[in-house]
Amino acid sequence: MFYISIFFQYIAQYMKTRMEYRTDMLVEILSDLMFQAVNLVFILVVFSHTNALGGWQRDEIIFIYGFFLVPYALFSSFFNIWDFNERYIIRGEMDRILTRPIHSLFQVLLERMELESLFGAITGVLIMSYAAARLNLSFHWYDLFIFILFVLGGTLVYGSIFVALASIGFWSDAKTSIMPMMYNIGNYGRYPVNIYNRFIRFILTWILPFAFVGVYPASYFLGKTDWYFYAFFTPAVGLVFFVLSVMIWNKGVKRYRGAGN
Amino acid sequence: MSKYLEMIRIRFLMMLAYRTNYYTGILIYSINIGAYYFLWTAIYGEKENIQGLSAGQMVTYVAISWMARAFYFNNIDREIAMEIKEGKVAVELIRPYHYLGMKTMQALGEGIFRLFFFSLPGMVIVHFIFPLKLPADLHAWSFFAVAILFSFIINTEINLLTGILAFFFYNNDGLMRAKRVIVDLFSGLLLPISFYPIWAQEIMKYLPFQGISYIPSMIFTEGFPGTDIYHAILFQAFWALLLVVPIQILWVLAKRQMIIQGG
Repeated sequence: MFYISIFFQYIAQYMKTRMEYRTDMLVEILSDLMFQAVNLVFILVVFSHTNALGGWQRDEIIFIYGFFLVPYALFSSFFNIWDFNERYIIRGEMDRILTRPIHSLFQVLLERMELESLFGAITGVLIMSYAAARLNLSFHWYDLFIFILFVLGGTLVYGSIFVALASIGFWSDAKTSIMPMMYNIGNYGRYPVNIYNRFIRFILTWILPFAFVGVYPASYFLGKTDWYFYAFFTPAVGLVFFVLSVMIWNKGVKRYRGAGN
Repeated sequence: MSKYLEMIRIRFLMMLAYRTNYYTGILIYSINIGAYYFLWTAIYGEKENIQGLSAGQMVTYVAISWMARAFYFNNIDREIAMEIKEGKVAVELIRPYHYLGMKTMQALGEGIFRLFFFSLPGMVIVHFIFPLKLPADLHAWSFFAVAILFSFIINTEINLLTGILAFFFYNNDGLMRAKRVIVDLFSGLLLPISFYPIWAQEIMKYLPFQGISYIPSMIFTEGFPGTDIYHAILFQAFWALLLVVPIQILWVLAKRQMIIQGG
């Protein structure tokens, strides 16, 4: 419908602007690739000194990391709102957004999208395939759909946390460093949650559910039956948190008064 | 000389005005240290030690390498690149100081500020949360002080190099990002150098990066056996001196190459 056609129009526009600066795009993709490689190197080096990490094998950890990269890539492409406060509230850009007949969050997300980050998903799939081949994992035909569902769930988990944080800007326009902090907390989800203590595990599952981006959904494909319960929760957690964050956003928009002078 | 001291002072005061930004910085670093704390505890599991480091030493290593990073880390490569792009560097060049020297002093002012308002309180906080093993004798502390001074020098020199390259490339953003990844990985911030496979260690012996993080952190955790500590400091001193050469060469070339648009 209307929103879908708007979505593709934004993408077409985006492609046009980015294709003008191809080298910049290439540089960005390459440096993303390097950051992903660093984490892989860490795992590889660590496993040259140990055989298991909290009961997980080397290739399982690599698989989890590969899986994590896919929702993370989607999140980085479509939820690039870490500087929302500065860009839209302090500079008053939100005024422009609010005069248009499309949901404000939808517009902000589309304006700020960074499709280059999608290449991270390819890296993720490659890493997963490597690990899956070494683990001799077998998949059913329906696993592809479960994969898509889990990836979307994980993306929504990440997205909703950052939308909720961006909404804080409506109440207080002071500069905060919560966003970068959250990026660092998100990294906890790349590793099996059972290595953390109970308190952190609880937070990563129910408060800031980053575990639903990496370990939990990935454990389904690894055949870790103990974790299936959590794995199948992934889409629901993503959806619930997303609805909550949109509600917070909507409440915030009502409070928006413009920067004015 | 006094004008450079003044530069340090001004930068320090400037940072002081925005000190609230740093409280969250400490939190972010603590979160990172926490993540690595749990990771390493799980990696060690039953093991007494890996590559000569005990689990307790490893936790201390992680904590000190992050907190020391607050001291030596700076963005002068980004600042220099920005000033070159915006053409401000032309004005800077006619001022009565050495541009690179002034940048280094600003970085030092920033570093000293973060040492007192970030690293020290951060270390105290982290010490309460995680079981750290601080060095017992004064010897290790004084060697550590020398080592982090050198790590500041080496890191700043590398930043100056990448910054100056903006004179030659239209856009050196990618280069600066690549540098960041390389420094994080090969300086020993994420992994002690002794954990890497032998062939990688052999290569890193000929690179300056381990002087940035690995050497001071190993000194702090008392992980160097015997006289290795002297070799380590010498290694740092050697690179601190050697890196001056490419900086000077590039600087001379850069000034010749410079074209200022408009006036």
